[in-house]
Amino acid sequence: MSQPQAVPAGAARAAASIEHPLDVALPYDIRPRAAKAVRDIQLQQFVANATTVKDRGRRDAFRAAFGARADQVRELAGRIKQHTLDHLDWYLDRFISAAQAAGVTVHLARDAAEANRICLRLAKDYGSKLCVKSKSMVTEEIGLVPELQAAGVETIETDLGEFIIQLDHDAPSHIVTPMIHKDRAAVGRAFQRELGVPYTEDPLTLAGIARDYLRQKYREADLGISGANFLVAKTGSIVLCTNEGNGRFCTSAPPVQIAVAGIEKLIPRMEHLGVMLKVLARSATAQPLTCYTHIITGPARERERGGPQAVHLVLLDNGRSEILREETRELLRCIRCGACLNACPVYRKIGGHSYGSVYSGPIGAVITPLLKGVANYPDLPHASSLCGACYQACPVKIDLPSQLIGLRQRMVRTRVTGWRERLAFRAWAWSLRQTWSYRWMAKVQRWALRRMARHDGLSGGDSTPMTSSGWIQKGPGPIAGWTSQRDFPAPAATSFREWWEGRGPSS
Amino acid sequence: MKVSLFITCLGDSFYPRAGIAAVRVLERLGYKVDFPAEQTCCGQPMYNNGFRDEARPLARRMIEVFGPSEAVVTNSGSCAAMIRDYYPGLFEGEPAAQERARQLAAKTFEFAEFLVKVARVDLRAVAARRAERVTYHYSCHLRGIGVTDEAEQVLRQIGGLEYVPLAMPEQCCGFGGTFATKYPDISGAMVRDKVGQIRATGASTCVSSDPGCTMNISGACHRAAASVQFRSLAEIVAESMGLMDDVPAAGGPS
Repeated sequence: MSQPQAVPAGAARAAASIEHPLDVALPYDIRPRAAKAVRDIQLQQFVANATTVKDRGRRDAFRAAFGARADQVRELAGRIKQHTLDHLDWYLDRFISAAQAAGVTVHLARDAAEANRICLRLAKDYGSKLCVKSKSMVTEEIGLVPELQAAGVETIETDLGEFIIQLDHDAPSHIVTPMIHKDRAAVGRAFQRELGVPYTEDPLTLAGIARDYLRQKYREADLGISGANFLVAKTGSIVLCTNEGNGRFCTSAPPVQIAVAGIEKLIPRMEHLGVMLKVLARSATAQPLTCYTHIITGPARERERGGPQAVHLVLLDNGRSEILREETRELLRCIRCGACLNACPVYRKIGGHSYGSVYSGPIGAVITPLLKGVANYPDLPHASSLCGACYQACPVKIDLPSQLIGLRQRMVRTRVTGWRERLAFRAWAWSLRQTWSYRWMAKVQRWALRRMARHDGLSGGDSTPMTSSGWIQKGPGPIAGWTSQRDFPAPAATSFREWWEGRGPSS
Repeated sequence: MKVSLFITCLGDSFYPRAGIAAVRVLERLGYKVDFPAEQTCCGQPMYNNGFRDEARPLARRMIEVFGPSEAVVTNSGSCAAMIRDYYPGLFEGEPAAQERARQLAAKTFEFAEFLVKVARVDLRAVAARRAERVTYHYSCHLRGIGVTDEAEQVLRQIGGLEYVPLAMPEQCCGFGGTFATKYPDISGAMVRDKVGQIRATGASTCVSSDPGCTMNISGACHRAAASVQFRSLAEIVAESMGLMDDVPAAGGPS
């Protein structure tokens, strides 16, 4: 296979004229994208199929490995992370000392800008021109790649999914499966346009092209960038879990490595890594382990022939110490396995880009508003039916429905929730505090809704006063949204309590 | 044993027949049933929308109203979950009130759960019968309170009843309270999947454990002209025991 030639980035960007999925106006309104997504048949098929298969795979993998004790394993994994977070200052100190002793240069970054500045300065100091990068959500979070590109450091995503996303000027729509929303044809077109190869949809051919292209880049690269799945406090190790081997190339071929990691990635000791690896791979991809688990403890030693000469770690806060407060701390247990996305019926319908931010699905709906402000993402905490599938799927037992409700409370407290809604809920709640007002409201409501309803052959009409009869097909005000999708049942003519009162003393 | 019925606000206005059925089944099983008339709403809509301070007095009220009850039974999985999962947390810093919230949580049961775990019912013993193909919608809030296949166990005890499980029974129907009106496109897409899955079972009746889910799914079935009837578990059990002949359901003879 001939070595494909990359075309200049500018021309390619012009060719791909789609809006970038992460360029959103704030406050972000989820509705337009969600409405588009639910009508996108291809997206529906891809996302629903992939997530359903993964969700089932996760459950089967847990059952096969742990049987009835699956829940205890989740509990243990959650406790390992929670314990570390409860003593994060101590473990951070310990990790930093150990990493430094192993020869890692540790940098602390308060926010995205500072993290990017550190990386850019390092790239400049080392005279880096070409960077190979393994998959990392935190670098997506801080927007590192565009900054490196702008500074003249050609940066190549080497995870196949991320590579395709980068070629197509798209953005990942799933934490683990970034191109879950894309089909073969889109990949074929992107390869043809950006790499100048003949159009093909054959996955093996496409993977072969990517492989040849990337192998050359690994050879030439002078900088490798990765994220981290775990940081082991006792040994100062950086742990990376990958399936394609690209992470190993990125962290061993170039002379300089930079790892970027959130401060929540810490675990105490190697023995805890065993538990975390077991739940991570099963939750993410239904594997017993990922194909590659790299434990990187410092740069190449004296007698080692391969490996980087310098290893830098950028420890990022970027809002995490704010999330560390007690009521949201459990969110930092997240190991970015994507299980909650796969389990989520809303994610299955709207896809990752509808969340308008790097992190999507249930975990994204909670941490995006926390990292970027609830007022900027007021829909995310509310665009959930609170079904709890995410909580059940989470390998570290994050109570996501309660966290969503917590954010809704914060919105009420800080008046991000508008005054009309606040007034309506207060009035409603007040009416429920007295039996007389509850009864009166219920009666008025039944009367009004029954007047609006139509009766047809499918319902029994007024001859069945004890059950809902008739349907409202186009409702006003608060039920307009409801009836845009489905009919609204009319209430029964007689309420339960009226029946009870007319029943006389029970026999 | 005396059982107090908690007839939720949706149940009171929209599905009184389900409440009547619960009364009759429980009485037939030998329980003394009462309906504390002071009850209103558990506060779930307020709590779920972030109005914690508005939910608290309603919770206090419920705790008061059901204080003397031995057991509280409700036809709504989500309202049972509100009491069991969230009431104690509403009274952080008020140990006495929190203890009373815990007591209410401990004696509150969803109807199917009560039948299986407390009453240990065996409908075969009373020759319950209903020759029909039936499917069942598992309401999501049952997850939180550890209710799994109780309703299915009960359905399988009804003679002549052919139970056909839904594909993807654990997938939410898209109700989610105000979610259904605030995000209709998403909610509508979710419930249409459920309609398709119900259709695929060929069942003529769908049993549902939550009035909210029932409103949503039955409304979507009606919009899609899918002729399927909806019943609470209490209704189908009562019908199978011949207790509902004088209270006709919508959609023809039961």
